[in-house]
Amino acid sequence: MIVGDSKPLEEILSMIEGRDKVLVLGCRGCVTVCNVGGEKEVGILASALRISRKKAGLPPTVEEMTLERQCDPEYVEELADVAEKYDAIVSIACGVGPQFVAERFRDVAVFPGINTTFIGGALEHGVWAERCQSCGNCLVHNFGGLCPIARCSKSLMNGPCGGSASGNCEISPEVPCVWDQIVQKMSAMGRLQELEQVWPNKNWLTARDGGPRKRVREDLKQ
Amino acid sequence: MRLQYPTNVRVIQLPCSGRVDILHLLRSFEDGVDGVYVAGCMEGDCHFLTGNLKARRKVEYVQKVLESLGIEPGRIEMYNMSSAQGPRFAEVAREFTERIKELGPSPVGQAQAA
Ligand code: SF4
Ligand code: SF4
Repeated sequence: MIVGDSKPLEEILSMIEGRDKVLVLGCRGCVTVCNVGGEKEVGILASALRISRKKAGLPPTVEEMTLERQCDPEYVEELADVAEKYDAIVSIACGVGPQFVAERFRDVAVFPGINTTFIGGALEHGVWAERCQSCGNCLVHNFGGLCPIARCSKSLMNGPCGGSASGNCEISPEVPCVWDQIVQKMSAMGRLQELEQVWPNKNWLTARDGGPRKRVREDLKQ
Repeated sequence: MRLQYPTNVRVIQLPCSGRVDILHLLRSFEDGVDGVYVAGCMEGDCHFLTGNLKARRKVEYVQKVLESLGIEPGRIEMYNMSSAQGPRFAEVAREFTERIKELGPSPVGQAQAA
């Protein structure tokens, strides 16, 4: 899933300063699962914003709405009748949400209420870790199912580097060295010799380095 | 046992302090209350194992929100006491009421009344 963090309340307050009618807009997709942008978080943020407005003696018009997804125009369309009545829409979906809403409703000021951080998964309740950098050409099967692109600090294809120590990455004792894990895993599976293959430079054109990406599926397109 | 505690304290009963919700805590401030405290069982004594620990973390979360909004975080607090400690319940009620009296009325309630 796409994982995010709430922006500091102070930052959101300064974004919407001077704007009377505010809508806090959640999304039932990834951000609901990582507890940062679902219906519940919409309620919490909206309540905090109302407290702030009441304290300042301002009209506390902060309304709440949560869409099935903000990354699909058909759901964003549900805002059609109401979007224009707000002076600010704070989207707490991933970065796609505020963009889709802003593209559809050109006269409405849209603000991101969360910082989109990475593609990852939950290690336990309340703990998430990065697992993929969407490089556009998945190779994890060569590394025991562990991604060296997303999980090695240097995205090394031929690791580990000289900084790997006691299973940790040289950037911090808190960060496991994925190359140490790859070697352990491949050894345990009796496939260590596969790591003798030297990988040529990865072609990053399939990743973000090739410019913004777009997929067209002729079989699905209408 | 009949114990005296300040009449301004409104008790909301929950089956476990773990059931307290960040949203409900915030809503009470939104409605203009001057302070909220959560009375949970002693740490280590939760019937549901970690309810009171979770309650404490939720209280801490709301403290941070209040701080960000320029409201004294001391307006919300977590207390632990066992159900056998009636006098302690009354003492906490007095202690917290005193604290809130010192802080004065909530700036939210004041702005609303104005
Ligand atoms: S190899 Fe590429 S696509 Fe596969 S997990 Fe790593 S970053 Fe993601
Ligand atoms: S120590 Fe390991 S994870 Fe860190 S940069 Fe080197 S190989 Fe990558």
